[in-house]
Formats: sequence, C-alpha cells, structure tokens
Amino acid sequence: MIQIEHLTKRFAGPSAPAVDDLTLAVGEREICVLIGPSGCGKTTTMRMINRMIEPDAGRIRIAGRDVTGIDPVTLRRSVGYVIQQVGLFPHMTIAENVATVPHLLGWDAARAARRVDELLARVDMDPARYRDRYPRELSGGQKQRVGVARALAADPPVMLMDEPFGALDPITRAALQDEFLRILNDLGKTIVFVTHDIDEALKMGSRIAILRAGRLVQYDRPEAILAHPADAFVESFVGSDRALKRLALMTAIDHATSTLIPPADAPRLDRGANLRDALSTLLQAGRDAAVIEQDGTSPRVITLATIREALADGARAETQLGP
Amino acid sequence: MSWFLRNIDLVAVALGQHVAIALTALAIAFAIALPVGIAAARSERVYGVAMGIAGLLYTIPTLAFLALLIPLVGLGRTNAIVAMVAFSLVVLIRNVATGIRGVSPDVVDAARGMGMSARQLLLRIELPLAAPVIVAGLRVAAVTVISVTVVAAYINAGGLGTLIFNGISNDHAPKIWSGALTACALAVAVDGMLALVERRLARARLG
Amino acid sequence: MMLVDAWHYLTAHPAQFGAALAVHVALSAAALVIATAIAIPAGIYAAHRSGVAFAAINAANIGRTLPSLAVLALVMPLLGTGFAPSLFALSLLALPPILLNTLAGMRSIDADIVDAARGMGMTPRGILRRIEWPLALPVIFAGLRTAAIQVISGAVLAAFIGGGGLGDFITAGIAMMAVPQLLVGAIPVTMLALGADYAFGALQRRVTPRGLG
Repeated sequence: MIQIEHLTKRFAGPSAPAVDDLTLAVGEREICVLIGPSGCGKTTTMRMINRMIEPDAGRIRIAGRDVTGIDPVTLRRSVGYVIQQVGLFPHMTIAENVATVPHLLGWDAARAARRVDELLARVDMDPARYRDRYPRELSGGQKQRVGVARALAADPPVMLMDEPFGALDPITRAALQDEFLRILNDLGKTIVFVTHDIDEALKMGSRIAILRAGRLVQYDRPEAILAHPADAFVESFVGSDRALKRLALMTAIDHATSTLIPPADAPRLDRGANLRDALSTLLQAGRDAAVIEQDGTSPRVITLATIREALADGARAETQLGP
Repeated sequence: MSWFLRNIDLVAVALGQHVAIALTALAIAFAIALPVGIAAARSERVYGVAMGIAGLLYTIPTLAFLALLIPLVGLGRTNAIVAMVAFSLVVLIRNVATGIRGVSPDVVDAARGMGMSARQLLLRIELPLAAPVIVAGLRVAAVTVISVTVVAAYINAGGLGTLIFNGISNDHAPKIWSGALTACALAVAVDGMLALVERRLARARLG
Repeated sequence: MMLVDAWHYLTAHPAQFGAALAVHVALSAAALVIATAIAIPAGIYAAHRSGVAFAAINAANIGRTLPSLAVLALVMPLLGTGFAPSLFALSLLALPPILLNTLAGMRSIDADIVDAARGMGMTPRGILRRIEWPLALPVIFAGLRTAAIQVISGAVLAAFIGGGGLGDFITAGIAMMAVPQLLVGAIPVTMLALGADYAFGALQRRVTPRGLG
C-alpha cells in the first residue's frame, strides 16, 4: 500500500541526513510502527508521506501513485493525520472539528452531520452529549478520541499518527490503544504510527521499523524482532527483558496442554492471560503448574516447561518465517 | 539645521523642563501605583476597581483632560503633572499587579515555608521577580508622560512643546522641527533605555 | 455653574458645534479606516515571514513611542495645515497599535493547530480564513480599540494644525480663558472617547469565538 524507496532528507545545519536512504513497504491493512531514539528520523519520515516535509531524494508511493505527482493539499485530504497535541480547533465545536475534511471535500451538511455522529459513536463519545461542546471542555483522552474521529472522517485508506497517545497518562493511553486497535480491526486502514515507546510498538504494530540516525536497522514482526534482534543496538533498544516481552505476546490458551492433570490447589489464570502473566503467577505462588480458568472442558495447564518450550518454538518459527 | 545649532541653549532649556516634569510625574504615578498594584495583585476586587477607574482616566483625550483640570487647578506645571499621573496609573497598576501575580506560586510557597514574613516575601522575592514586568510598565508610562508633556506646553507647563507651539503660531519651521524631533528623540531614547533595563532584568531572573 | 454656562454656549452655537463634532468624527473614523486597511493586511503578510515581522515590530514600536503632537506638528511644514494633513498624521499614529496587535494575534496561535489544519489538507488561504483569522480577531480588535482612542485624542490636537474638530473649542477656550467654551469641546470629546472605548470593547467580546476564554 505504501512504498518508501531510498528516501533521504537533509536539514540545513546538521551534517548527517535526518533520513538516510530509507526503503520499506507497508502492506494494506498493516500497522507499521516507526520507532527509534530521539532524532532517528521517524517523525520526519512520516511527515514526508503526506508531504508536510518534502524529501530530498527517493520516492514514496501510496497505492502505486507517486505522492510527488499529487497536489499536496489533495493528498492530505485523502490521508488521515493525527498528532500528539491533537490540534483541535478551539473556536469550533467538536462536530465542526470532526467535519473539517468532509467540508473541505464539499460534502453536504446532512451527510457530514451523519458521519460526525457515526464517528463520535465509534470512538465511544456519545454524539448527543459531545457534538456541540468545545475542545476546552474535554479531557486529554477525549480530545485525542476526537482527533482520531476527525482523521477518520473522510474515510481515508491511509492514516499517519505521530505519537498520538504520548501526552496521555498511562491508564488513558492503554485504554485508547486498545480502542484504536479495535476500531482499526473493524475498518481495515493502513497505518503508519510513530512512537518512542517500545511497549506501545510491540502492542500496536503488525510490523516494527527500528530507525537509528536516519537508517533502517530492522523491520519485522514484533515477535521476530524480540526473538532475533538484528544487532546489539536493537537488542538494547528492545530491552534486556525481551524474553518476558515475547511471553507477553503469547496467549496462555494457545500454549496450554490438556494432557497433564493439575494438582487440585494449582494457581488459576484468567482466560485471557498471556504467558508473562502465567510466569508471574507461577513464580509468585512458587509452583510449577497453573490452570487456566475454563468451564466445562478438560482443564488447560501451563507449566514452566511449557513456557520455556513456547519461547524456543517461537524463536524457531520466526527464523523460518523470515521478515 | 543651523537654527537648531545656533539656539541649542533654548532647546536644552526646553528639554530640561520637559525631563523635569516627566520625571516628577512618573515618580508620583509610580508612588501611587506601586501600593495600589500590590493590593490589586492580592485582591480581584481591588484589581477590578483600580483598572476600572484608571482605565477610564486613560481613555480621556489628553488635551481635554488638561482643559478639564483648568477650572480645578488652573494652568501650569501642576495641571500637567496631575494629568500625567492620571494617564500613567492604568499601565503601572496593571503591570505591578500582573508582575506580582506572575511570580511562580512554587517560589512563593518555598519562601513562606522557609519562614519569610509577608514583608520580606514582597521585598526580597515578589518585587524583584516582578521587576521586568514592572519596568515594562514604566516604559509605557514614560513614553506616555513625555507625549503629554509636549501638549502641556499649551497650558504653560513649559517643555519642548513650547518650541512647537511657537513655531506653529509664527510659521517658523525650524522651531517646529527642533521641538518635535527632539521630543521624538527623547521618547525613543527613553523607551530604548528602559527596554534594555527590562531585558537585563528578565535575563537575570531566568538565571 | 460652569456646566450650565457651557450648555448655554453650546445651544448658542449649534452649527459651529455640529460642524466641529462632524469633522472630529470624520477625521477619527477616516484615520482608523485608513490605518486598518494598511496595517491588517501588512500584519497578516508579515506574520508568516519572520524577517519582515521583525522589521515591522521594530518600526511599529518606535512609531508607538512618538508623541502624537510631535507627529502632527512635523506634518505641518511638509503638508501644510487643514483636514488632509491632519488625516495623514492621524493615520500614521493609528498604524502601530493595529499592526502590532495583528502580528501578535496571528503569531499567538498554537502551532499544533495550524499543523493539524495543514496536515488535513487545508490550503494556506483556507487556514488563514477559517483558523488564523477567527483566532487572531480578538487581539486584533484590542488593537483597533487602542488605535481608536488614540486617534480620537489625536484629533483633538489636530486643532493646532488647522484640522478642525472639537479641539477648536478647547484651544479657543484656553486661549481666551473662557471655561464654558472649553467645556463645550472637552466634555463631548471625552464622551466620544469613552463611547468608542465601550463600543469597541463590546465588539471585541462579540468577535471572541465561543470556544475561547
């Protein structure tokens, strides 16, 4: 869906390019997370996709079309754009904010109003309550929900998101991440998502592009990056607890056995638990086996051994799958 | 011009009168505005009333104000000074109040926590930290006062305006030039100087 | 009582007063309109060009400090006396506050808002019209308010260079030490200034968008 080829950008002043010969491709309905340390070029790259910054060399294609061949204003109206500080227009109501791109595209008022209500409902904000309010009356989390709704208004196939949840407290951030993943699942958009938070990247990304000093270091699925970091930089970037992070990506149900008979007083795990939760429970209880809560069918058991196997199998699978 | 150079003593006298009146007015205005501004910083009510009255006074056209004072205080320097003080109050009070209110609450909290009395807090913390904003107010007031003094020559207050009025009634352009340009130069110079002071103070506070 | 005498003087010279009032209002309004027509577009132009803005701010700051009477007087040897030279001088005096406030208003807009608007595909003209102008308007109006007061006050001084207006009554009253005559000029012009201040204040509140302050 999005092809970035040999993209380069130099800013006046610094001798090294901000983005250096970057090549990567984002498939349809994928969430590509751009992550890296400060100054790695992730935001610059994202902003070149909708030509908020113009590249010095290289090419970007969306759905096969070279973006430099499209009038920037037209291009931006067909790409959703969400920034960290949201940038809601303070002098317009929530409804007017959300309807901005539809208005620019000339939709009639009735159609725009319907769309506004539909989107507000989708981001879990009661349209009747919020449509006529003003941004200053909203909390940070609510503002960003409106920001997302506004970006979705004209139903663009591609969305750019620059640390959209970065200014929110951890609880609100987690809630919005979950909601956004759910919305995306329903809508099937192609997303380029910039973050500096590795946990957010692992949670949100179908594939993660790790950037450093303007260069692409590794571009792969979260599990693959954790299992086989490309070099020492990636290894330290993802954190020394990467085995645990890998476990967090695996659900307990998928790796449980039903062939073992658990002791009667085995600790219990939630149905939705992941393997990291399982490991934590086992260590906490000082036991070797835990049971996943289930009604009816034969009990599913997780042991320390199954956890270790899951890690090993996963690493092997990632090697075979390739990036 | 040659007239200017030949009569530089005349201009100097006028300039001296001008500066004297202006300084006197500024000093009196500041002496009033400082306590009122401090009170206004603490109380929304005082701020409202002070701004209301001072704002009203500021809106009255200069010559009209001077004229309205004539039945009360006659002509001359006193009249001019009363008018100038009245005009300067709004800016000075507002800037004193805003400057003090602008002091970080954390700093005030720390000072109180260390056992500073209200007076020490004001003198050692609040006023020094508010100084850049207060000087900004003084800057505007100074320029206002210089401008009013030019007009006040018409009611016998002296100053550079006398040259201008003389020049106008005698159709003597060099006098007009000398008076007007010197007044402009004075205003720009004073504004520039106080701007420097303001900037120096601001930088010192940011440390 | 002086006020009664002033009233008598006024009713004895209605045509003269009417003419002075008309000239005063015309001078003030025209100067304000001219200054606005120059300063607002200039301010908008300069707002996005930091070099121009820097020059404009510095020039306007100097302009702001110049004593009004000095400016009016300087115009006389160059352009003579009368309505037109007075209008010229008053327009000059009104420029700085409007220009400075236009610049301040435009530049005070949160950069994130403009970034979001641009990223969503608004044209630069669209951004100016729908985002920057409504958000800058309250500050611009504050500048207009300041300029209006300054111009009304300056128009009084225009009497010295033959501009007419209510200042004529004041200067004549002072010259002849005739208080009633003086009041016929001073009181109405004060009311005019206070009225204009109130009107612009109300207008300023009107143009403040609902979502702000």
